[in-house]
Amino acid sequence: MTQFDPGETPSIASVTDQVRALPVSMPATSLYFLGDIAVFVGAEENAVMVNEAGEVSTAAIHGGAVLCAASDGKRIVTGGDDGKLVALNAKGETSVLATDAKRRWIDNVALHPDGAVAWSAGKTAFVRSGKGDEKSFDAPSTVGGLAFAPKGLRVAVAHYNGVTLWFPNMAAKPEFLEWAGSHLAVTFSPDNKFLVTAMHEPALHGWRLADNRHMRMSGYPGRVRSMSWSTGGKGLATSGADTVIIWPFTSKDGPMGKEPAMLAPLQARVSMVACHPKQDIMATGYSNGTVLIVRLEDGAEILVRRNGGEPVSALAWNAKGTLLAFGTEDGDAGILEF
Amino acid sequence: MSEPSSQKIPVTVLTGYLGAGKTTLLNRILSENHGKKYAVIVNEFGEIGIDNDLIIGADEEVFEMNNGCVCCTVRGDLVRIMDGLIKRKGKFDAIIVETTGLADPAPVAQTFFVDEDVQKNARLDAVVTVADAKWLSDRLKDAPEAKNQIAFADVIVLNKTDLVSKPELAEVEARIRGINPYAKLHRTERCKVALSDVLERGAFDLDRILEIEPEFLDAGDGHDHHHDHDHHHGHGHHHDHGHSHGGLKHYHDEEMQSLSLRSDKPLDPTLFMPWLQNLVATEGQKILRSKGILSFTDDDDRYVFQGVHMMLEGDHQRKWKEGEPRESRVVFIGRELPEQMIRDGFESCIVT
Repeated sequence: MTQFDPGETPSIASVTDQVRALPVSMPATSLYFLGDIAVFVGAEENAVMVNEAGEVSTAAIHGGAVLCAASDGKRIVTGGDDGKLVALNAKGETSVLATDAKRRWIDNVALHPDGAVAWSAGKTAFVRSGKGDEKSFDAPSTVGGLAFAPKGLRVAVAHYNGVTLWFPNMAAKPEFLEWAGSHLAVTFSPDNKFLVTAMHEPALHGWRLADNRHMRMSGYPGRVRSMSWSTGGKGLATSGADTVIIWPFTSKDGPMGKEPAMLAPLQARVSMVACHPKQDIMATGYSNGTVLIVRLEDGAEILVRRNGGEPVSALAWNAKGTLLAFGTEDGDAGILEF
Repeated sequence: MSEPSSQKIPVTVLTGYLGAGKTTLLNRILSENHGKKYAVIVNEFGEIGIDNDLIIGADEEVFEMNNGCVCCTVRGDLVRIMDGLIKRKGKFDAIIVETTGLADPAPVAQTFFVDEDVQKNARLDAVVTVADAKWLSDRLKDAPEAKNQIAFADVIVLNKTDLVSKPELAEVEARIRGINPYAKLHRTERCKVALSDVLERGAFDLDRILEIEPEFLDAGDGHDHHHDHDHHHGHGHHHDHGHSHGGLKHYHDEEMQSLSLRSDKPLDPTLFMPWLQNLVATEGQKILRSKGILSFTDDDDRYVFQGVHMMLEGDHQRKWKEGEPRESRVVFIGRELPEQMIRDGFESCIVT
């Protein structure tokens, strides 16, 4: 990929002086907004909540490492190496949703807007509907990722050599989408037409769900750890390269036969991407600590945080798109209000 | 971003055929008063008699990397577990991975070479194989897994030596040496071995590839009647005798051998490196382990490399010392190695 010398880039607009530093003081592995409260999920034990007034509180969520997290905007659900699935609400109240009988690690979690939650331990995926019915499904191998389809109760279970589409409320046999290799994170396009996985190798794999046609999205120098759909599902922004790679999903063929957009090049690896919920802009975090806001149309950039320190490891907008927060591997954190 | 090697968490891989005594060794390691905390990745919960927060069940799931190389297999579950363990960095000093009795150590080792994130935080320390003195000879005949584990080992704990006679012990050691003359071998009863002999070995540390001499001359009693090791490697590899001859406990395993190459004349790096890369690319399935210390033309540095199947890593190590013989030594351990082809290839890289 093209190398750009930051020294030669023209001075870009900067809003670094408007960023408010947050005393999170813990490496954040993910970050969600519950209303206007920013919740930083730590690598182990705690989540740190920062409200609008800048007041910081800590919620104890696990007795060990926090292995996964998901949010529906109303609550955050995390899985830990203590075998527990824990929900945290905006008031800072926690509740244990499930405890694995064998105290296995809870590796993955996903939430459905109607209140259903899915999680996995080893090869077994579980779903609990909003009403409380629980079902389980044994994947052929360890579950690498989980996602709810935007419509209906359908769960994508990523594993080795493919993805299983599981319909917990139907007797029908789960549908298997095969592709060799280890599939980790999985995501449905917002229009429910495509399914994309981030693989263990530096590549994405996708399927058009109407006919299960394959889409190979490769060429990354590093593993894709962060994916985010732009407004209306027009594109899928991804980390893993020294530019943001955005695959187009506007046509019925998805990205097949098309080049991805490559925006915001730096001499650092993109570590986090977060598309704005309403506008065609996105935030990107880099391995050198830089945070940018990028306009998708023309790639115009605004500097939010200068480089320095450890990689950006958490990045999120609130639902209204008026707040942007970030956290880094060395415990630095900040918030920007528009 | 990558941590210096010394700050990476050392990982010991513990292998051994069913019933050899892996769990005994593991329990010894965990119960001994060493002041260290270990995270232990096991296949069977409940066998470990020690309470430890950091005992993690694994599923031993091997998958092929999608790079067209059939031997580039890694343990997917280990990638996942390492991801989780790294979040608790600071809570433990080292990691021990116990494999099942039927496991091939290669995918475990390769996981630490291939996965970017794992490599950033952890380093493979050594492959330790526990072998049963009474039954290993039989297993080497009927269980390819047992042979793999011996061939792959950096350290062999030859256990249950109290159950065999002295000649039987000599016999089994000779069989081990026929496959892997380079591993450190410790004879034990109930896996009584000094922990410093199995942990913190640095066997995959390029800086410590120093001792790639066959070990069996100084292996102690029962061995004084052995041939000179150069003789051992000077043979063609088609020795089809898997039995003892004339009391000389001297075996060549038909299937698994080691091959040692030397030269006191320098090698041409523009010939050697492509040759080595091509060799592991084409014969990597057969080559389990490779190691080398090299003297290149017009280079005052020692170059060292090591590999597992098709994966190689190498680096300039240090200056050759004054008076130190500038000799290149390369070792391969593998299955049905194309010995003559390898010898010829190596010879062709020597500058004359």
